[in-house]
Amino acid sequence: MEETQSKFMQKSSKRKIEQFGRTISFICIAFIVLIVLSILYFVISKGVSTFTTDGVSVIDFLFGDIWRPGEVGENGEPLVGALPMILGSFFVTLLSALLATPFSIAAAIYMVEISPKAGKKILQPVIELLVGIPSVVYGFIGLTVVVPFIRSIFGGTGFGILSATIVLFVMILPTVTSMAVDALKSVPRHYREASLAMGGTRWQTIYKVVLRAATPGLLTAVVFGMARAFGEALAVQMVIGNAAMVPTDLITPASTLTSILTMSMGNTVMGTLENNVLWSLATILLVMALFFNILTRWIGKKGAMK
Amino acid sequence: MKFKKFRALLVVMASLVLTACGEVVDEESITAVGSSALQPLVEAAGEQYSAENLGKFINVQGGGSGTGLSQIAAGAVDIGNSDIFAEESDGIDASKLVDHRVAVVGITPIVTPGTGVTNVTLEELQGIFTGEITNWKELGGKDLPITVLNRSSGSGTRATFEKWVLEEGMKSVVSQEQESSGTVRQIVANTPGTISYVAFSYVNDDVETLSINGIEPTNENVNSNDWIIWSYEHMYTNGEPTGLTKDFMDYMLSDEIQDNLIGALGYIPIKNMEVERDAEGNTSPVENPE
Amino acid sequence: MNSKKADKIAVGVIYVMSAVIVLILASLLLFILWRGLPQISWEFLTAPAKSFQVGGGVGIQLFNSFYLLILTMLISTPLALGAAIYLSEYAKQNWLTDFVRTAIEVLSSLPSVVVGLFGFLIFVIQWDFGFSILSGALALTIFNLPLLTRTIEDSLQAIPATQREAGLALGLSRWETVTRVILPAALPGIITGMILAAGRIFGEAAALIYTAGQSAPALDFTNWNPQSITSPLNIFRPAETLAVHIWKINSEGVMPDGEQVSAGASAVLILAVMLFNLGSRYLGRKLQKKATSE
Repeated sequence: MEETQSKFMQKSSKRKIEQFGRTISFICIAFIVLIVLSILYFVISKGVSTFTTDGVSVIDFLFGDIWRPGEVGENGEPLVGALPMILGSFFVTLLSALLATPFSIAAAIYMVEISPKAGKKILQPVIELLVGIPSVVYGFIGLTVVVPFIRSIFGGTGFGILSATIVLFVMILPTVTSMAVDALKSVPRHYREASLAMGGTRWQTIYKVVLRAATPGLLTAVVFGMARAFGEALAVQMVIGNAAMVPTDLITPASTLTSILTMSMGNTVMGTLENNVLWSLATILLVMALFFNILTRWIGKKGAMK
Repeated sequence: MKFKKFRALLVVMASLVLTACGEVVDEESITAVGSSALQPLVEAAGEQYSAENLGKFINVQGGGSGTGLSQIAAGAVDIGNSDIFAEESDGIDASKLVDHRVAVVGITPIVTPGTGVTNVTLEELQGIFTGEITNWKELGGKDLPITVLNRSSGSGTRATFEKWVLEEGMKSVVSQEQESSGTVRQIVANTPGTISYVAFSYVNDDVETLSINGIEPTNENVNSNDWIIWSYEHMYTNGEPTGLTKDFMDYMLSDEIQDNLIGALGYIPIKNMEVERDAEGNTSPVENPE
Repeated sequence: MNSKKADKIAVGVIYVMSAVIVLILASLLLFILWRGLPQISWEFLTAPAKSFQVGGGVGIQLFNSFYLLILTMLISTPLALGAAIYLSEYAKQNWLTDFVRTAIEVLSSLPSVVVGLFGFLIFVIQWDFGFSILSGALALTIFNLPLLTRTIEDSLQAIPATQREAGLALGLSRWETVTRVILPAALPGIITGMILAAGRIFGEAAALIYTAGQSAPALDFTNWNPQSITSPLNIFRPAETLAVHIWKINSEGVMPDGEQVSAGASAVLILAVMLFNLGSRYLGRKLQKKATSE
């Protein structure tokens, strides 16, 4: 009788532990979601007031190409066209991701498939170190090395999308590579063994099996890199020139959403149009991030079906 | 095992928070926020003040003039630092704020060495910054395109420069912009043909200053208002200052700071000024300059 | 024949590209160290900063960076761990989970200046923490959570399902399986994730400018009363970190030797991250050994 009772008790304590763990972990995730939602609310409510309180039309904001907050145009509407920055952000993000992706995946393949020992000894520590370099240091190296280099080759001032792309390429390289490594590592070993057993060469195994299986993970890595490139402010701001003009080529000064956002935030007074419109820029950043996210999710799902 | 660790962690964190929340006797601090141009001065003065008055701390932060004005108007800080008059800023109720002018900064155009130009007229300077003059050879210098570099719109330095250089209705050319004086100076030093402007204290050997109408950018010329591109450094309080804030404001205006620190940091002492300006930019002579 | 050739070429290309990466990254590191190492001395590492004279050090900033890092990790690791466990072990595949994941990824793509301003308006002003280590640590937690959660979840997922089944078969509850079987096995991955996160925290400036502040009041390292402003332990004092210091010197600094100080500070930062990496790697190995031998 007592035995059964104690057994009964034991089970219940297990249940309690389970309940406890479940609750704790749920609270954590709920808390994070709460933070995200409050930040979203915070940014968007301020960003939207450009249109509701200050009466700027959304079309003028998204497609206007003159950015002079604080001044009004001929029709009496404030000149807050964000198109130059939107295009600038798109270009630097896409170009740097385009440049970084092949290199990162190659390095990841090297580290996981070809020479895990050397990869772990040399590449991984270097990559982890680089994540810790503050963006302002990247910016200064960009300013003292990359910009003069571009100037000596292409002429002009050296400031522009190309310089920003190169700096961002180096900045997102560690992030994308280390996440790509994780993605490749998570491909089960028996996939590789099966391919090799069927007479596939190493490259065939990598290309046809490992990369395919890791596609969703690799895409996430690229998106994380893009997100970092997207949100990067201090380094880009130093090398892109920050001229609010629609970019016509890669070597004239341009601007990004973040560079204008960071530069002007401290100089504007809260609650004014000049300040609200900066939050609208931040809102665009959020929406664009959301868009990329949904896109990769979609690709990931398609890839997973195979 | 795991729960114990969790709990231990919680206890550590809670005790940290609790002990830190406790009352501290004999220690007092105030916060000053705003203009990054004024920050080094207030910071240095604050350090001296703390060294002389034990247990009193002046917490100085940057963030820009806009931040300084909005936060002091909201009453969130004790002192709001600004390069511009509160009246000049939209969205600020200046009536509640008390202005303390602690120093003057002169602002000068700087160019990359080697343009062949050392003096311009005010009209020529306007031409450069509105985009009508695009090559140094038009000013008698080398055949080198002019690259205009502005501070970000809304910065106090840019507001002052454009107020005194550009005339009503003139629009500055869309140009490169940078957020900080240090970066501006570095870019001007390294990019041939670039022109920008910084406060006197940021001028060094890497860049050349320009005279305007033959007048050199010197402290003396600012004192006499011959060099017109200058502005006050304001420290705003919300209402008349009291207690530590008042004590510190008095300290900022004392001879100890005005005669030593201000000059050492490249600002101009307020008492040397022979003229006075109001928020509209009207200038009047000071009654009895020292 | 053909596929063998393709194999050779492809592997060759991968070698070259990896070499290019190593070259870029190594020259970057060497460049920073080459510029900065000559500036570093014991004096530089311990002296307080000077705002307008020659010869300032980074002692206080260095301490602040570490203290802020530890506090942030103390707050964010349990949260991220819990969230990751939930996502990896409990969450069902449905729209809600999808939504949660999307939310976390969106948070990670926020520019850090937005996080900083959010922190400024909420922690500094609204909650009246002032410019303080606590505000900074909270802002950094927000900044840090997405990536940390993600990497911890990934390393949990990397543990084969068989381990979970084994745990459940032994009559352990799901939670016990996670804490006793999965977590120890995933520890090396988690540690790597934490190192990466720590590196990012160490180098972050934009989120801290408005929260932990840009001034470093003199500290009295003999004063261990956490309520005093001069005490290094006080979490309500403003604390400029190394990365913020570098930013400040380069943007509005008026010290004549700013270039040298910022070069030296950058090198110190890298060395600190390096030491930190080595330390955690060692710790990770030890922990794993202990966990697997038990």
